[in-house]
Amino acid sequence: MNIPIINSLLSYLQGDGAVILPEIELLLFGLGILLIDFWIEEKEKYLNAGLALAGTLFSAFTLWRLRGAIAARGDIAGFHESVLVDHFFLFFAVLFLAATALVILLSVKYLQMEREQEGEYYSLLLFACVGMMFMASGIDLIVMFLGLETMALSFYVLTGFLRREKRSNEAALKYVLLGAFSSGILAYGFSILYGLSGATNIGTITAALANRDRLIHIVALSRLSGASGEQAHELLARQLPMALNFDPFVLQMLPILAFVLVAVGLFFKVAAAPFHQWAPDVYEGAPTPIAAYVSVASKTASFALLLRLFISVFSPSQNASHQQWMYLIAGVAVVSLTWGNLAALTQTNVKRLLAYSSISHVGYILLGLVAWNKTAFTGIAFYLFSYVFMTAGAFAVIIVLRQKGIIGEELDDLNGLYYRSPAAAVLLLVFMLSLAGIPPTAGFMGKYFIFLSLIETHHPLLAVFAVLYIVPALYYYFRIVVHAWLKPPGEAPAPIMTSAQAVALGIAVFVTLAAGLYPEPFTRLAQYAFGQ
Amino acid sequence: MHFFANHILSVVLFTPLVGALLLLLIPRANEQAHKIAGNVFGVLGFLVSLPLLRWFKPEWGGFTFEETADWIPSIGAKYHLGIDGISLLLVMLTTFLGMIAILSSWSAIHLRTKEYYILLLLLQTGMIGVFVSLDFFLFYVFWEVMLVPMYFLIGVWGSDRRLYAAIKFFLYTLAGSVVMLLAILALYFYAPVAPGGTRTFDVPTLLAAAQTFADPLKVWLFWGFFFAFAIKVPMFPFHTWLPDAHTEAPTAGSVILAGVLLKMGTYGFIRFSLPLLPTDALLRHKIVQIIIVLSIIGIIYGALVCLMQKDMKRLIAYSSVSHLGFCTLGIFALNPNGLSGSVLQQINHGISTGALFLIVGVLYERRHTRMISEFGGLATPMPNFAAIYLIVSLSSLGMPLLNGFIGEFTILQGAFQVSKAWAAWGSLGVVLGAAYLLWLYQRVMFGPVTQFANEELPDLNLREYATLVPLVILAFWIGIYPKPFFDLIEKPVENIVKQVNPHFYDAERAKLPPVELHAAAAETK
Repeated sequence: MNIPIINSLLSYLQGDGAVILPEIELLLFGLGILLIDFWIEEKEKYLNAGLALAGTLFSAFTLWRLRGAIAARGDIAGFHESVLVDHFFLFFAVLFLAATALVILLSVKYLQMEREQEGEYYSLLLFACVGMMFMASGIDLIVMFLGLETMALSFYVLTGFLRREKRSNEAALKYVLLGAFSSGILAYGFSILYGLSGATNIGTITAALANRDRLIHIVALSRLSGASGEQAHELLARQLPMALNFDPFVLQMLPILAFVLVAVGLFFKVAAAPFHQWAPDVYEGAPTPIAAYVSVASKTASFALLLRLFISVFSPSQNASHQQWMYLIAGVAVVSLTWGNLAALTQTNVKRLLAYSSISHVGYILLGLVAWNKTAFTGIAFYLFSYVFMTAGAFAVIIVLRQKGIIGEELDDLNGLYYRSPAAAVLLLVFMLSLAGIPPTAGFMGKYFIFLSLIETHHPLLAVFAVLYIVPALYYYFRIVVHAWLKPPGEAPAPIMTSAQAVALGIAVFVTLAAGLYPEPFTRLAQYAFGQ
Repeated sequence: MHFFANHILSVVLFTPLVGALLLLLIPRANEQAHKIAGNVFGVLGFLVSLPLLRWFKPEWGGFTFEETADWIPSIGAKYHLGIDGISLLLVMLTTFLGMIAILSSWSAIHLRTKEYYILLLLLQTGMIGVFVSLDFFLFYVFWEVMLVPMYFLIGVWGSDRRLYAAIKFFLYTLAGSVVMLLAILALYFYAPVAPGGTRTFDVPTLLAAAQTFADPLKVWLFWGFFFAFAIKVPMFPFHTWLPDAHTEAPTAGSVILAGVLLKMGTYGFIRFSLPLLPTDALLRHKIVQIIIVLSIIGIIYGALVCLMQKDMKRLIAYSSVSHLGFCTLGIFALNPNGLSGSVLQQINHGISTGALFLIVGVLYERRHTRMISEFGGLATPMPNFAAIYLIVSLSSLGMPLLNGFIGEFTILQGAFQVSKAWAAWGSLGVVLGAAYLLWLYQRVMFGPVTQFANEELPDLNLREYATLVPLVILAFWIGIYPKPFFDLIEKPVENIVKQVNPHFYDAERAKLPPVELHAAAAETK
């Protein structure tokens, strides 16, 4: 076999293209599922899920190989300098794959129940995962944006996947409209960044913005009277005469505008208040596994993108004006905490309740950004990590409750779950405790790092504020627990757990408890993500 | 044996947990087996804690039976256990009352027995953990973990308004403890670290470091811890969760709530809050004043509210507010009498109020009501019960020769040394205490039998004797010969007073007549 195209492709994948191998594998598996789906019978549709699961495992194995490579040789940039494989990417990619695998496991029975077993579902899951991985690895605005859109488009379709269900269609439409709107804002922000620097590589942009800051400083100086002003004026007249006409205020405003646009676009994606309106409707309408996926993976991926930008382009150490930016983020965090927690108090649909609670979780993570120190990064990584597993677990219990003829999403559907299925009730309790942040669970450790970082960076008020919101949060999480444990059961039958669901729940509960009881390895992992 | 001796605290801590895990294996339908297993582990939990008393050396004032192991090295949290005389008494109280509470549920609980005993045992582990942890992180974990089983004990096996009471209990306590979490983190962050060293959550290290803090920081930390403990104790005006939780909880839950849970607050005050008092005398005086005033309001308010109650259990619940007011009064008198009286009174309160709740439980099991007006003249059908109830009431109201007297007297003595007014207000609480407890006794036990249903009530059975008699014996023991108890806490109390009120001993020495001073001087030479 000596086909030139394949040979050159293979050699490319060993060289410059090696960095996108995990994504390519997922893509191939996704395409494979699309093909195979034609051949397999209605009864054997679960094979699609198996194939998708195999795809995630392959990709994870490749990531493991890459881990070895960067441990030996340091970070690898490739794919025409637009993708970077580093600790950060590996951490998030593993998280995405884990979330995807959990969602695949949870989907099989659910799709059977909904009689929507098309193979496209699993392909789209994998394509979304590819998009997310590019969001974490991209160091070029174009790649980042394409990754984001790949993910978002897959999600739009997946949200509306229950064609016969009105809520699902409505949710998809709402998601598309608001998603497109937010992507537009983000793209506008990116375009300003490009205009400011003439580059799409974020390293170049960072350097250009730093230069620009110095220029602004000099221009501002040249406007002053006195000796130093004269000096700066002369310097400019000699080196860059046109700069004399610049208005320092406008010069300063442009990067800030870019920041605000990018931040707002991403706040939409992570569903931070007041940009969260789509979240409750989408969670409620989407098929529950997809609601879990949106809640867990899309949020994590958007945070990965946001962190990548903040660490470089908008890094506080690069920019003098970061103080104001932090105010913006702190404000959004506080609004998210307040809105999310208070709105969740009165929800009667569990998925909506979890949607609002996820908004408050975003608030906690954003507070980590405000603190911006080593502990804060560990905290953000730990928080996202624990969030993936505990939220997926909570949704998984709801998915288990979906039986023939029973939707199982209302609080009243949970009544007496303890009598019907003690195991599910115990799992639900663990996930609720973790979401509320009660030790010894993963959720507590995540909050611990965030609070500590706030104290370390002297934000006592924010810390008190954040910590007190645990109390209402516990109240609404325990409304779920009350229904499951303390209310008498209705006529609903005992839910039947399939083995795939059991595996997913087992993984989720193991991580949730292990990261709380013995957080050491997980802390190391979180520190690894930011190269500490 | 060697392993046991070296890890005795771990054994005491985890015996109930092992019991809970074993209970998981028993099939749901086998109610009898749940009861037996629960009781076996209740008794076992008490038995393994007995060697602590035997091996403890009161003359050594620091922490003993220490165990240390790495837990989360990257943040400096360790598995560090250890006790001194104060925590020893509280651990013993926990294992002892835990055993009795488990025994008292034998015929009271028929619903979901498996979960009931599992939760009681988990609760035991959580409470013991709070008293033996010498690592702030571990302490916080136990402090929070213990809320969950208690929530379910109230929420599943409580009476009519149980859901409300359970979540109220959880939210109140949680609100306090999350603020404490911040205080712990601040303490952890501001404590100086040796260059190249790592930060630590070690309690003795951090509290020693706190002595070097500037006063404003100490004050902030003090208030941070204060809310958690004040809600737990509960001090006026943070007490509103208590009547609901105590009233709605099942008997065993009330016994443990009153007997042990509230002591976690006072324990926290003694162990963590006192060292955080500012050094500046004026500032410290202000803080102490605030807390003393709240304590005295609690003593009197609690007692007055008791006089108005129609529900026996609610009455006893409010009496806890009053009694715990004495405990905080003693702690913040900041002298040896006040402190040791307070520690002893905590034990006394556990014994007397625990017994009172058991007594209400006895009546509730027979009549399924707790309304005082439903009873009357019970002394006729239940003479033995009447005798025990009388002793318990007298012990709770501070009758000499019984335990309550010793505790309250010592506390008032300590308060008197600081301010006569404090002592005077405090003694008003004693008088009111006699009033509400004796009046309750009179209404329930004396007079003609007013209700037909009460005429044939059976007297105590063997199991009920087994729960009440040990408490009565202890009440007499502490009332007649409290010295062994005081011996246990003398050294730790002295250490604390030396640390937080260094002038106290100088002032005491100055009061001695000159001859003795010479003698004392000669001794030191």
